[in-house]
Amino acid sequence: MSLNRDQINSIAHLARLSLTEAEIPVYQDSLSKIVDLVGQLDAAPTQGVEPMAHPLPGLAQRMRPDVVTEKDQHELYQRNAPQVEAALYLVPKVIE
Amino acid sequence: MSAANNGWETVIGLEIHAQLQTKSKIFSGSATAYGSSPNSQANLVDLAYPGVLPVLNKEAVRMAVKFGLAVGAQVAPRSVFARKNYFYPDLPKGYQISQYELPIVAKGTLDILLDDGSRKTIGITRAHLEEDAGKSLHEGLPKQSGIDLNRAGTPLLEIVSEPDMRSAKEAVAYLKKVHTLVRYLEICDGNMQEGSFRCDANVSVRRVGAEKFGTRAEIKNINSFRFVEKAINYEVARQIDVIEGGGKVVQETRLYDPDKGETRSMRSKEEANDYRYFPDPDLLPVELDPGYIGEIKATLPELPDEKAARFVLAYDLSQYDATVLTSSKELGAYYDDVVKQLAGDKLPSKEQAKLAANWVAGSLAAALNEHNLEITESRIDAKKLAGLLVRITDNTISGKIAKDVFEAMWSDGKDADAIIESKGLKQITDTGAIEKAIDDVMAKNPGQLADYRSGKDKLFGFFVGQVMKATGGKANPAQLNDLLKKKLAG
Amino acid sequence: MHTFTLAELAKKLRAKEFSATELTGALLDRIDASQPTLNAFITVTRDSALAQARQADAALAAGKAGPLTGLPLAHKDIFCTQGVKTSCGSKMLDNFVSPYDATVVEKLNAAGMVTLGKTNMDEFAMGSSNETSWYGPVRNPWDTQLVPGGSSGGSAAAVAARIAPIATATDTGGSIRQPASLCGVTGIKPTYGRVSRFGMIAFASSLDQGGLISQSAEDAAMVLEAMSGFDPRDSTSVDAPVPNYVATLDAPLTGLKIGLISEFFGKGLDANVEKLIRDALAVYEKLGAKLVDVKLPALPLSVPTYYVVAPAECSSNLARFDGVRYGYRAQDPKDLMDLYKRSRGEGFGAEVKRRIMVGTYVLSAGYYDAYYLKAQRVRQLINQDFKRAFEQVDVLIGPTAPDVAFGIGAKTDDPIQMYLNDIYTIGANLAGVPGISIPCGFVRDLPVGMQICGPHFAEAKLLNVAHKYQQETDWHRRIPAAYSKEKLS
Repeated sequence: MSLNRDQINSIAHLARLSLTEAEIPVYQDSLSKIVDLVGQLDAAPTQGVEPMAHPLPGLAQRMRPDVVTEKDQHELYQRNAPQVEAALYLVPKVIE
Repeated sequence: MSAANNGWETVIGLEIHAQLQTKSKIFSGSATAYGSSPNSQANLVDLAYPGVLPVLNKEAVRMAVKFGLAVGAQVAPRSVFARKNYFYPDLPKGYQISQYELPIVAKGTLDILLDDGSRKTIGITRAHLEEDAGKSLHEGLPKQSGIDLNRAGTPLLEIVSEPDMRSAKEAVAYLKKVHTLVRYLEICDGNMQEGSFRCDANVSVRRVGAEKFGTRAEIKNINSFRFVEKAINYEVARQIDVIEGGGKVVQETRLYDPDKGETRSMRSKEEANDYRYFPDPDLLPVELDPGYIGEIKATLPELPDEKAARFVLAYDLSQYDATVLTSSKELGAYYDDVVKQLAGDKLPSKEQAKLAANWVAGSLAAALNEHNLEITESRIDAKKLAGLLVRITDNTISGKIAKDVFEAMWSDGKDADAIIESKGLKQITDTGAIEKAIDDVMAKNPGQLADYRSGKDKLFGFFVGQVMKATGGKANPAQLNDLLKKKLAG
Repeated sequence: MHTFTLAELAKKLRAKEFSATELTGALLDRIDASQPTLNAFITVTRDSALAQARQADAALAAGKAGPLTGLPLAHKDIFCTQGVKTSCGSKMLDNFVSPYDATVVEKLNAAGMVTLGKTNMDEFAMGSSNETSWYGPVRNPWDTQLVPGGSSGGSAAAVAARIAPIATATDTGGSIRQPASLCGVTGIKPTYGRVSRFGMIAFASSLDQGGLISQSAEDAAMVLEAMSGFDPRDSTSVDAPVPNYVATLDAPLTGLKIGLISEFFGKGLDANVEKLIRDALAVYEKLGAKLVDVKLPALPLSVPTYYVVAPAECSSNLARFDGVRYGYRAQDPKDLMDLYKRSRGEGFGAEVKRRIMVGTYVLSAGYYDAYYLKAQRVRQLINQDFKRAFEQVDVLIGPTAPDVAFGIGAKTDDPIQMYLNDIYTIGANLAGVPGISIPCGFVRDLPVGMQICGPHFAEAKLLNVAHKYQQETDWHRRIPAAYSKEKLS
């Protein structure tokens, strides 16, 4: 297979995804197949071809004026928050 | 204590994060004001709600361009925003929008003045725009941290220097220069306590003559000029110890602990983050045409170096004096104002310029410092100070008395003439009056007079002091000197 | 009422043959009855739909109605709807009530349309069969043992079963066109940048586009105009005027140059499907069009290109789902790392995790050049192919999907098999060009779709070309037997 266990584990770690022991070989298999699929790109004749980041070339970023348009709506926005106290979002302690 | 002892060379590069003083955030219309209640300035975009998108603030771009022009850098006609991907609670999207391969500002330079009066050019590798993260708060919550996203999305200009500095002092000089510059340009308020001007130092050492750089450690988020110097010096000594002890310097991030005066490795720092940079597909390339850049160039204020050079040329000031007087735009303007007031309709003379320089950089600066005031909050404005200096140049008062008048002006808020009048401090310039005072003193001190005439020259000072005392300090010193010499000679 | 197209409904509402409230009520009943079988909806907004309908009736009575007032629609559950659950088909957002409306939703609300509910979809728009939804699979109304296609399976099934006359949908690699093909309805993906992405939960930012699944090109034309246009909140939104798409529907097709992509009419295309496409092309020739063979040599690399670019962008877009500010949060996390890993590990389904991991891999140090950058270069080649083709022809016509609907569970074991369903549709997303799929016949009693693509901002032309075909044929009016009666059992 194109990817080994260690790679799967380190990818899952980078992506912050928990994987059970049973899941590792399953993802190893499907991810390896996908990597093989995309390997087809190797043969493509791309010398001198610019990468295409946006589907509509020739457009430039619009800029907006420096004006405050928002008001404090934290109560509305925090209705969806799993854990909030004193308007702060709570997470397990972050060690600096 | 420099590492230049013992054959070691220090290499320092600085990364400065300057918060741009826009009213709204770089990618959202939320306010950027400091100190608001938690999460009151975080909208859907800042909170990274599903479905939201960034839109670029034109003022942030303008400010970045101003900086680029001020350091003589190439302003990129096309720059690209990239995503820097990592997980941290103060980073709501799980990525920071920054710039990677194509930053808005490319190579520039900044000159610094060293202690010995020489200049050194420090290279600026690049400067780019990015968004700030939020804050984690730990007090009052035993096992948890509280996340405040007010700061998330504030525009930052990250300024990266070449590793051109060779001592902590050079690093501080460069840092101060950048600090001055961003305030001149009015793009950043430079408030290090509030975190709007932050500095990371990349420090390494190598044997003098070595070609390659040593392994560097990054010291993060040092929030005062003093700490920068201490942190770098500590780190240099630490690295030298490690190497001389047979070890290797580890490439890592360290924090400076101001209480203990040492740097320490950041806890739970894992393997180096793989940021997986790629161009942000939600944003298009920023394109700036020469017309736009030219417009901004035309709005640049007189920059610190230009102002200092003008002072040296126009007023024959020393490089040092000129640098002190131009350390802020406001101070430079104040000084300019004082000189113009002194000179009136005419061109200022070098004496007038020097006098003004001494007072502004001397007594005034000391008073501002002591009372923790900015020049804009000075209790003596330029007009009043000029009023005082005029009375020195026209001999109404001596320089020494002027210091007392200055004190009174500072505490009373009155102008010089009012104080001189009310305290009767006018200098005595009437030759006759001075001669009389001298005669009196000579008559009262026959012993010293005899000693002086028999060769004890040092007693001249005694007589000066006595005459000054007798005249309440108001005798014009130059005249006193002349007349006393003549009379003592007999 | 369920057999009427949107255009017909609009006329009948004005003619007061029935009220918006009656129409909405009838559709809501059909939806409720269909749910146990089709599962096309995640949320039905009964009360607010009826309230909107009553408002629409008032506007109609007062003579203050617009062309879309009182017309019901469904929104794919990827569009944020204020005060209403917006799940994106995922456990991760099962508890998420959006505090704001997507621009598309705002615009269609302002036009007076009535929102029936939020349709089911593949989780985070990742899938081609609507089998990855946290809310269970959607079934194809033509044969409920079969998939409706994906990711907009709910929208396609709803329109096919006539439980909603029209529905919004999104398309990143074919997610509008492919389910439209499998369900025998019309689906249009506009040009990238035509429709605002603000409020449309992001999967792959440079590929996603909002569009419509409808009964006809005419219906799509009516609503597309209202939902398109520049949005200052979306930096990739294009500032170009929106034409009146309805006005040009009937333009004659004489002289129309239709390109046939050589690479697509080869192996891999089911012979029966090909026959139907060729029959349709014959209809176009009768209408005055000319057929031209064109080559788009980079197009066969669409699928591998897509499976680098889309996962890369999604791995980053989905990083915000971390259990901190909204959405699913794992119970009793022991530390921050545990909070992240379990919230995401438990909140996301397998396909989403798979794509996040692929994306993370192709962007990671050492692989960026070989994969991501390479894919973006191939994307450029594909884009150039389309450009060159459109210098020779006005539109490209070909199959939408390689085959008809397949069995639920038939392809879930092999992701690659599933990915190949999009082989004909992905190219248009990579190039940002618009595409529409319309039904063109049946194979083994299952619908087949034909895809028409055009250059950037050629929506008017596509709708015109599709409409003319729909005037010559009636495939688009067929309704699955189980859903043809007014009252559903």
